[in-house]
Amino acid sequence: MSQTEINHGDGHAQDIGNAPSAGNAIEVRDLRRRFGRQQVLDGVTLDFPAGQITTIVGPSGSGKTVLLKHINLLLRPDSGTIVFDNVEVTKLGATGLDAVREKFGMLFQAGALFDSMSIFDNIAFPLVEKTRLTRAEIAERVHETLKAVGLQGMEAKFPSEMSGGMQKRAALARALVRRPKILMLDEPTTGLDPSRTGAIHELIRRTQENFQLTAVMVSHDVPAVFEVSDRVAFLHNGRTHLNGTVAQVMAADDDVFKRFLAGKASGEENETALAG
Amino acid sequence: MAIVEMTGRLGALVIDGVVRLGAFVLFLLTTALYVFIPPFKPRLWIRQIRIIGADSLFLIILIGGFTGMVLGLQGYNTLRRFGSDGALGTVVALVLVRELGPVLAALMIAARAGSAMAAELGAMQSTEQIDALTVMAINPIQYLVSPRLLAGVISFPLLTAVFDVVGIFGGYMVGVGLMGAPSGAYFNGIAANMDGHDIMTGVYKSLVFGVIVIWICCYKGYHADRMATGVSRATTEAVVLSSALILAFDYFLTSILL
Repeated sequence: MSQTEINHGDGHAQDIGNAPSAGNAIEVRDLRRRFGRQQVLDGVTLDFPAGQITTIVGPSGSGKTVLLKHINLLLRPDSGTIVFDNVEVTKLGATGLDAVREKFGMLFQAGALFDSMSIFDNIAFPLVEKTRLTRAEIAERVHETLKAVGLQGMEAKFPSEMSGGMQKRAALARALVRRPKILMLDEPTTGLDPSRTGAIHELIRRTQENFQLTAVMVSHDVPAVFEVSDRVAFLHNGRTHLNGTVAQVMAADDDVFKRFLAGKASGEENETALAG
Repeated sequence: MAIVEMTGRLGALVIDGVVRLGAFVLFLLTTALYVFIPPFKPRLWIRQIRIIGADSLFLIILIGGFTGMVLGLQGYNTLRRFGSDGALGTVVALVLVRELGPVLAALMIAARAGSAMAAELGAMQSTEQIDALTVMAINPIQYLVSPRLLAGVISFPLLTAVFDVVGIFGGYMVGVGLMGAPSGAYFNGIAANMDGHDIMTGVYKSLVFGVIVIWICCYKGYHADRMATGVSRATTEAVVLSSALILAFDYFLTSILL
């Protein structure tokens, strides 16, 4: 899909803007996934242009976290395709998936730092396990990455000794330490106060620019997150309802999105819609 | 209609049970397979041997000592009624080596190291640390579970041996030292009446119990629900199920190895 569009829920889309000129880092096509009787993803089609921050938003239960778990290859879809750098990953075996995984870094909602390790060891972990860098090279890379996220001097601390915001920064450093091409972020500001939320958003934008990353972010922080996003995809009832640049999506005359922004769309509404 | 519905539900239950059992067995087979697949991480093996083995040593010595002391006390009083108090060493040693050593050591390790293992893996699951390993292209079974299985297979027989030896000396201390059983007959009886088969019975049992405890505790922790009660439920289920299976397998192994 090369254009911004509105999906009216019947599978047809209406164009509302022009697509970016750069190529797509990730392409998702007609992704479907059912859990028990609930169709969580119901034909999601979405592009993630290279070198831009695309934020996936939507009400609780709309399928945004499940979508991210398919994009970061933790879940397999029932049908549909995901293409990373022209490689269709939905058909890959374990070895092929690992090769793709080495291209991206992931910031989990709770940070997912290893409790038993110091911050240095946490950040060095992917390098120790997956590269042949020397100890000195690893130490240099860790210090460099910690400096980039504003955590220099925190190497010896343990995750439990740090605040929520600092843990997020450390987790971001771990996601970046292998210099990935793609960064995925799952609700990076959950549990943070507004000032820390702003600081993390600013850090994400700065990091994306410094490392020239393609970023895929799931967030509930609307509309604050739009300030750091290039593009927005609004998920509703397991489908891409709106997709475009921030300005295009904000200008879209769409009742469902307006209700969501006003805080009126909820998971219950989705469940009712699904049941119906 | 009701019969059709009931049959359908029963069928769904059976299918669900078979799927769960299959996943349970596959977990063990995958874990065992990854023990032999590189990259090998001796650092992780040693760490787990320390956690499962060395850190359980004090508890094993304590419980082994008291178990031997009770056996010495009860054994002496029982055997004396038949004028056989000279057989005290043989009775204490055989009961410990063939039966109580492997079973009690395994129950103690399940309670101490197994519960900690289930809780640790459960916490890692609920805080997405296991997902983080997967996303980093690190196989979580190979990184987290296989080293524990290997450490369990090494540690359980060694801890059981310690339990047995300490228990035999505990029995000696009470039976001979306090109650007055003949000193020479205690160890001579063990040397004369215990053979390699008795010792190997204990070794086989401890190996099987080691696999059971690590398998159950890791499986329960690894598949803990991602909710507040998930870790506590996984830990409880891990200890209860592994304890029950230790006793059940003890019966079957005893009947085979007798």
